[in-house]
Amino acid sequence: MGKAIVITSGKGGVGKTTTTANIGMALAILGRSVVLVDADIGLRNLDVVMGLENRIVYDVVDVVEERCRIDQALIKDKRHRNLLLLPAAQTRDKSALKQEQVKDLIQELREEFDYILIDSPAGIEQGFKNAIVGAQEAVIVTTPEVSAVRDADRIIGMLEAGGLKDPRVIINRIRQDMVRRGDMMDIDDMIEILAIDLLGIVPDDEDIIVSTNKGEPIVLNSKSRTGEAFRNIARRIEGEDLPLMNTGREKFVQRIKRMIGIS
Amino acid sequence: MAPFWWRRSKKTAKERLRLILIHDRMELTPAKMEELKKDLRDVLQKHLDVKTEEFEISVSRKRDSMALEADIPLKDSR
Repeated sequence: MGKAIVITSGKGGVGKTTTTANIGMALAILGRSVVLVDADIGLRNLDVVMGLENRIVYDVVDVVEERCRIDQALIKDKRHRNLLLLPAAQTRDKSALKQEQVKDLIQELREEFDYILIDSPAGIEQGFKNAIVGAQEAVIVTTPEVSAVRDADRIIGMLEAGGLKDPRVIINRIRQDMVRRGDMMDIDDMIEILAIDLLGIVPDDEDIIVSTNKGEPIVLNSKSRTGEAFRNIARRIEGEDLPLMNTGREKFVQRIKRMIGIS
Repeated sequence: MAPFWWRRSKKTAKERLRLILIHDRMELTPAKMEELKKDLRDVLQKHLDVKTEEFEISVSRKRDSMALEADIPLKDSR
């Protein structure tokens, strides 16, 4: 029986979809069978980040409303055949799904796949509740900003109320230069405040935008440090105990500039 | 970019966040806090000569648990 993991955040725009795509791809590269479920009904995006938008025929609402079978709606990734996507409906809204239906669907997928990654919509309403109902584990994505951390804290409480104990957090878009000069909360600060286990840290990286432009998750780029961060996260999900990545060594010139206050 | 002695906004972020989360977690809105303050002040006033205008309460975190702190200055009895 596979494991269903919901990727959530509360706040929008912190990188849930990119995170889902990259962890899914990384797990597939490790040889696991993975299905990504886009639970953001009405605001479909996971297909675009994966570069699979042209292949969609049916979506998750078609499946629960029995207009097609699950296997007809699943889209095979063009790079890794053991990675599949179940797209969200674009022309419906959050009320198109009932919690019971989602629960049954996830249960069915668990019989076929090693991992089911559910990309949750932002917010704490029905869409969020639908996204967490079938999951056994939860991953919270946040960024080092007051607003994102506040929402993450709220989500932790709601996940626990929903029976998802011990969620883990990914801190996205860390900028080591800003942390160093004291203008960004560091990992220890955030872990201490949230009182939650850390699943990984991901540096802020322009290449993420490039990879989204192309529809190619950054884990496919073996040289990218951000890709490495996601690969490490996938290995931790697999149970490996990996040290945290160093998010960038400071160059000597940079350090001098910082010390005299011009950087 | 601002010179280094103007920065260090991380400390501000952390302090603000801590306070926000304390209130979020307790579901204690500023309005409820004000109501509590008024009730407490009235009770204390029955027994003590409190300097009401200087009476303050606040919530903070002590290690693993929350604490309600009150600063209750008394009028000089002499």
